Amino acid sequence: MTTNLDATGAPIQQHGTEPLLKVRDLQVSFTTSTGQVQAVRGADLTIYPGQTVAIVGESGSGKSTTAHAVIDLLPGTGKVTGGTIEFGGRDITHLSAKEMVEIRGAQIGLVPQDPMSNLNPVWKIGYQVKEALKANGIATGSEADKRVTELLAEAGLPDAERRANQYPHEFSGGMRQRALIAIGLAARPDLLIADEPTSALDVTVQRVILDHLQSLTEELGTAVLFITHDLGLAAERAEHLVVMYKGQVVESGPARKILSAPQHPYTQRLVASAPSLASRRIQSAKERGIESDELLASTGGTAKPKADDVVRVENLTKVFQIRGSRPGKHTEFTAVDDVSFAVKRGTTMAVVGESGSGKSTVANMVLNLLEPTQGKIFFDGTDLSTLGKDELFAFRRRVQPIFQNPYGSLDPMYSIYRTIEEPLRVHKVGDKKSREARVRELLDMVALPASTMRRFPNELSGGQRQRIAIARALALKPEMIVCDEAVSALDVLVQAQILELLNDLQAELGLSYLFITHDLAVVRQIADEVCVMESGRLVERATTDEVFDDPKQQYTRELLDAIPGSKLEVFGGDAA
Amino acid sequence: MREPTTRPDQHHFFADLDETPLLGVDAIDEHAAPASMWQDAWRNLRRRPLFWISAVLIVVVLAVAIAPSLFTSIDPNAKTACDLSHSLEGPSAGHPMGYTFQGCDVYSRVVYGARPSVAVGVLTTIIVVLIGVAVGAFAGFFGGWFDSLLSRVTDIFFAIPFVLAAIVVMSSLKSHRGVITVVIVLGVFGWPQVARITRGAVLGLKNSDFVTASTALGTSRLATLRRHILPNAAAPIIVYATVALGTFIVAEATLSFLGIGLPDSVISWGGDISTAQRNIRTDPMVLFWPAAALAITVLSFIMMGDVVRDALDPKARKR
Repeated sequence: MTTNLDATGAPIQQHGTEPLLKVRDLQVSFTTSTGQVQAVRGADLTIYPGQTVAIVGESGSGKSTTAHAVIDLLPGTGKVTGGTIEFGGRDITHLSAKEMVEIRGAQIGLVPQDPMSNLNPVWKIGYQVKEALKANGIATGSEADKRVTELLAEAGLPDAERRANQYPHEFSGGMRQRALIAIGLAARPDLLIADEPTSALDVTVQRVILDHLQSLTEELGTAVLFITHDLGLAAERAEHLVVMYKGQVVESGPARKILSAPQHPYTQRLVASAPSLASRRIQSAKERGIESDELLASTGGTAKPKADDVVRVENLTKVFQIRGSRPGKHTEFTAVDDVSFAVKRGTTMAVVGESGSGKSTVANMVLNLLEPTQGKIFFDGTDLSTLGKDELFAFRRRVQPIFQNPYGSLDPMYSIYRTIEEPLRVHKVGDKKSREARVRELLDMVALPASTMRRFPNELSGGQRQRIAIARALALKPEMIVCDEAVSALDVLVQAQILELLNDLQAELGLSYLFITHDLAVVRQIADEVCVMESGRLVERATTDEVFDDPKQQYTRELLDAIPGSKLEVFGGDAA
Repeated sequence: MREPTTRPDQHHFFADLDETPLLGVDAIDEHAAPASMWQDAWRNLRRRPLFWISAVLIVVVLAVAIAPSLFTSIDPNAKTACDLSHSLEGPSAGHPMGYTFQGCDVYSRVVYGARPSVAVGVLTTIIVVLIGVAVGAFAGFFGGWFDSLLSRVTDIFFAIPFVLAAIVVMSSLKSHRGVITVVIVLGVFGWPQVARITRGAVLGLKNSDFVTASTALGTSRLATLRRHILPNAAAPIIVYATVALGTFIVAEATLSFLGIGLPDSVISWGGDISTAQRNIRTDPMVLFWPAAALAITVLSFIMMGDVVRDALDPKARKR
């Protein structure tokens, strides 16, 4: 198979007309203590040689299960209960374990989701690639060593010979993912299954890796089954899309057609709320006509004097002592370096950066959970460092956090009622009766039924938990909320819903947000002003429109280019 | 994005809305019954036969320990309880387990032997949990040099063999032996394991977002430890305590068997096993009954610990 795809997008006709992978009416179910659960219900999927097909869907939609059924790697009690899987014209639905081993790796490769846990930490990278070669009988001995170097170099690892002798912990996330790609492609399979290969990586790294994977598979003529939750990413990387929802394929077809004319209501919803495709700030506040002047003033960049600053940060620096090899020997690490910004009342300031840029450290200092090494934080004009114990307790009421991981931010032992009531109890607000009324009111604000308060966090979905966290943050009527990656762990639709909710609450209660995120697409939807951080330093600060339309710094431009789907123009002028 | 090509099986398809109904985004199920972790664990426990077996056994043992006179009309502590003329006689009416070498009724001695064993087990477990949780929680929560100090102390106690230490201390306390002494000695040497479990659990929990959220509310550090961290660390401690209770009963029996645990004036399984040992070749049943009582009691606590762990930690659950 020596086919080349035309990068300019010419019709691809040189491939065989027989499908490489043909999945028909696939049924997969899991046995649980409560009986059979159908994870995939009648999924159809067709991939032609050399073609890239993406399965898009939210978590629990059955997208990964479908892909894992193809290579017989269903976890736990999962079983294919119906339908057929044909690969290269051969029915592989009910192959023996031994026959499946021959197909795995050699004919169907896999690039797994999490580069952190999918390499064995006790073996050298080179050894793990060699294992893939040996298992598929490609090469042995010194020939294999040579091949390993070639494969790693091909996957885009510079200085591959030396890298092969290193252990996984010496690699960054992006480098590990490259090693996994080398392993997945080691035996030159006809089909490569890439299961959310870059969701754990920074956006700029994600883009580079996907670009490389794309050119590599095009060169080798490998077909790719790409699994992702991001519609923009899928449309950018695949020519054919399969949209899954609750275990069923709700829509499939050419990527462009699905984006421009989605037919199924779920796809329509998905297209409408895909953050990477969104083009502007959610405007619910403006529509309601509440204090829109103030919002617009800040978006327009002409700060009116009446818009006072809720928080002003001046020359903030945080230096961490990293424990050295010997006691008493420290190395210093500057996590935040001379950062200054101000958040205007009733607006949203986003702090954007990749992992390690110091953005969360800034958030923790504003929340007064971390002491700054240098610099000052003024809240409503008062220097936080001058506050005594009682004043600090009072300050806590005015600034509240919302965290990233919805599964970690609620105490699993506390009922929802106790969770939301806790701030009121700690600050001795009202009596039992008025507190209960307040909890009901708060649940109503975050659009959850009052009956939720008798439940426990483990019964709620990620989005619902995040709404409980918002309700808890709002309990004391704070002036500012610090959202640390508050929506990054959520499915796109739920994410859109939470952003909408945050926006409505801002308009209703005049809240100010400090929004910490790595995702510029989210910034576009919620922020009025943006600070871009790179390795502890603030590199650019401007209004959201300015940053998106006219980024001043190279780094900001890279971040913008890395937004998946940023180059898609299906929505005409809107996406510009 | 590349130019689409229409090939067989790859035309634009969309499912019928009737077959793929659209649900509300993130809708909440209002009808399901609310369940905390403990309620979940209880639901899981209820369906396990092993839980019911061990629970019934534990209830019986506790009942016997609290009110032995309800289970036998003979009081083995009475001066007239033993009659040498019955020495080593087999079972007879009213004496289902026969007689000891001294002509005492075995059944009543087994029944009355439950109280000291269970008392030692329960009280030692309470002491061990109190010391262990306090040390482990403070070490894990405050960290730094305080943690180093407490952890080293824990390590020192950990390095001392538990039963050996108890033997050494108990044999030097000949005149003050009794339930309380045994409890104190076992308690003093038994806590390091609880401290380690607690410290590990607290370390894992103290950086959770819900703990940070509570701090950001203005909750004091100690209140956060008490309200959020300890309740979440309780599960592994409870599991360990249940199993440990059984092992403390064994330790007491071991000491009593060696003649340095409870004094002869207190009827205990360990003491009776020790006495019966002399006649094991001719009358093994005299030894069998207290040994069986001991084994069943210990086993029921260990089984209970096992099922409770499975119920509290779904990941450890066998499928």
